[in-house]
Amino acid sequence: MTEVLVVVDHVDGAIRKPTFELIALAKRLGSPSAVFFGGADASAAAAEKLKAFGADKIYVVDDAEIKGYLVAPKAEALQQLVEKTSPAAVLLVSGYEGKEVAGRLAIKTGSGLITDAVDVEDGGVTTQSVFAGNYTVKAKVTKGTPIITVKPNSATPEETAGAGEVEQFAATVSDAAKKAQIVAAQPRQATGRPELTEAAIVVSGGRGTGGDFAPIEGLADALGAAVGASRAAVDSGWMPHSFQVGQTGKTVSPQLYVANGISGAIQHRAGMQTSKTIVAVNKDEEAPIFELVDFGVVGDLHAVLPAATEEINQRKG
Amino acid sequence: MNIIVCVKYVPDATADRQFESDNTVDRVGVDGLLSELDEYAVEQALQLKEKAGDDTTVTALCVGPDKAVDAVRKALQMGADKGIHVTDEAIAGSDYIATSLVLAKAIEKAGSEQAVDLVMCGMASTDASGSVIPAMLAERLDLPQVTFASVIETQGDQIRVKRDSDTATEVIGATFPLVLSVTDQTGEARYPSFKGIMAAKKKPMETWSLSDIGVDAGEVGLSVAWSEVEDTTARPPRTAGEIVTDEEGSGATALTGFLASKKFI
Ligand SMILES: Cc1cc2nc3c(=O)[nH]c(=O)nc-3n(C[C@H](O)[C@H](O)[C@H](O)COP(=O)(O)OP(=O)(O)OC[C@H]3O[C@@H](n4cnc5c(N)ncnc54)[C@H](O)[C@@H]3O)c2cc1C
Ligand SMILES: Nc1ncnc2c1ncn2[C@@H]1O[C@H](COP(=O)(O)O)[C@@H](O)[C@H]1O
Repeated sequence: MTEVLVVVDHVDGAIRKPTFELIALAKRLGSPSAVFFGGADASAAAAEKLKAFGADKIYVVDDAEIKGYLVAPKAEALQQLVEKTSPAAVLLVSGYEGKEVAGRLAIKTGSGLITDAVDVEDGGVTTQSVFAGNYTVKAKVTKGTPIITVKPNSATPEETAGAGEVEQFAATVSDAAKKAQIVAAQPRQATGRPELTEAAIVVSGGRGTGGDFAPIEGLADALGAAVGASRAAVDSGWMPHSFQVGQTGKTVSPQLYVANGISGAIQHRAGMQTSKTIVAVNKDEEAPIFELVDFGVVGDLHAVLPAATEEINQRKG
Repeated sequence: MNIIVCVKYVPDATADRQFESDNTVDRVGVDGLLSELDEYAVEQALQLKEKAGDDTTVTALCVGPDKAVDAVRKALQMGADKGIHVTDEAIAGSDYIATSLVLAKAIEKAGSEQAVDLVMCGMASTDASGSVIPAMLAERLDLPQVTFASVIETQGDQIRVKRDSDTATEVIGATFPLVLSVTDQTGEARYPSFKGIMAAKKKPMETWSLSDIGVDAGEVGLSVAWSEVEDTTARPPRTAGEIVTDEEGSGATALTGFLASKKFI
């Protein structure tokens, strides 16, 4: 069966959930081959996991020489893997790095590129959600090797083992690809809550919190949710940028999104409109967010959220 | 320094954006404007010019239909020195691959007299939101890419930027020339002043066709696109949800009841 390359998204060997979603999608197109950029120490454990979630092959590309550089070396290595394997497609996670590697790879291989897919069907037809979620687009790459970046939460990981054959791949990386250097990197601090883009439930706060995120965090913890924020809350310095949901923040598509003290500007909607169930608490009944909701409470979040949190905790016993 | 800022003309996000019958984005029927996210790139270019001194030129470059000249004009009003508008019927419906080719060729031509030091872009266009054109330009022009910068520092021909990647905050360093894309975290973009608006009318503005930049019409446009849109559907409007007004705690109880009924508790 034709191989489908899946670029593994991981932090020091800890594979992030969207990779397993990609493997599940890759199975529809062919035989999933995971591409793992990392050191020998991390690769053995990673390979086991990738196999468990359905990878038939795992290409390990030693990244000792390239991990200090931005994007370009990975694109070169992938080009060499595409030449070697003639895959049915290359799948990457839609994030800054995944998209940029994809963009470069598309030029290098003369291939079509589709970004931010939310589904990939047999035959390579992708679904995208565009214009702040107002349109659904079905598209297909027609030239070269389809290169597709897929948003997190677009598929369900399948824990059915693949053949899991490990192969070391020695890539040659040019000096030209090593011109943008990662001088320093500070890993994001763990919040103890689910990852924003991966969470099944997201509870967000906006300007209406007045800077007090305790009610947001309380409800989030009662529901086992991730915490998000509007740009107004981020710009005010109440939350770090990594919590921002929207056009210039994260796109989330959870089972449940709870927007509190958020008006529902188009740029915010762009990041959450495809959530399955939407709930809002806002003291202004005219707030545009109410146009989107399955359930809304007109009221003061500082009263509603703590009371709801208490009721939820009581129900959970 | 010679700085080129790539600015895109996009349908207004607050208007009803739509598709044409051939599934391309309607760029004519819907009011358009300079992509908000590219204003941040223009702003940073102007700040670099102000820091570097007078001999720096900032050129705004846009690929798009006739009306797209408005995006270039806005950049000139903000303070860019020159404008280039690449327009040609054959470009309509171009995908990322073709658009990046046209931009790269235009940048090469713009740099034929004085070498380009910096190609600047927004972090994403507000319509396609691919965030891929800057990386593609770096690939095509064989330049380093320094992308998604939220803080920019330069010293001589060195640049250092802060980049909030998916899992870490990074500092990226490189040497000019390079491609730089900036986020909306770089700081508010200036509004054109009355003086700026008047001055913009006299600034040099060039209009180039595909043949001016040496691109064959057969390499771009909808008919040769590397990907094909099969279908576009407007999302069905969300069915109106239930809205309750909180009165002395009733809101919390109703909310909890809803969440329980959907099995979130
Ligand atoms: C280029 C660009 C990119 C952008 N990207 C993003 C993005 O990625 N994400 C994003 O979120 N925004 C983004 N924005 C900003 C966006 O346009 C809005 O300004 C922002 O989303 C507003 O945030 P907000 O809803 O928290 O604040 P506001 O619009 O001020 O709304 C606050 C809401 O809180 C309610 N409220 C006040 N007090 C209470 C209370 N006690 N209890 C309950 N409700 C209360 C008010 O009724 C109001 O509806 C972007 C803008 C631009 C121009
Ligand atoms: N047609 C265009 N004309 C000029 N610049 C563009 C064009 N398309 C994209 N860009 C630039 O590339 C950036 C990223 O665009 P995109 O990859 O489409 O999200 C934008 O912010 C612009 O700076």
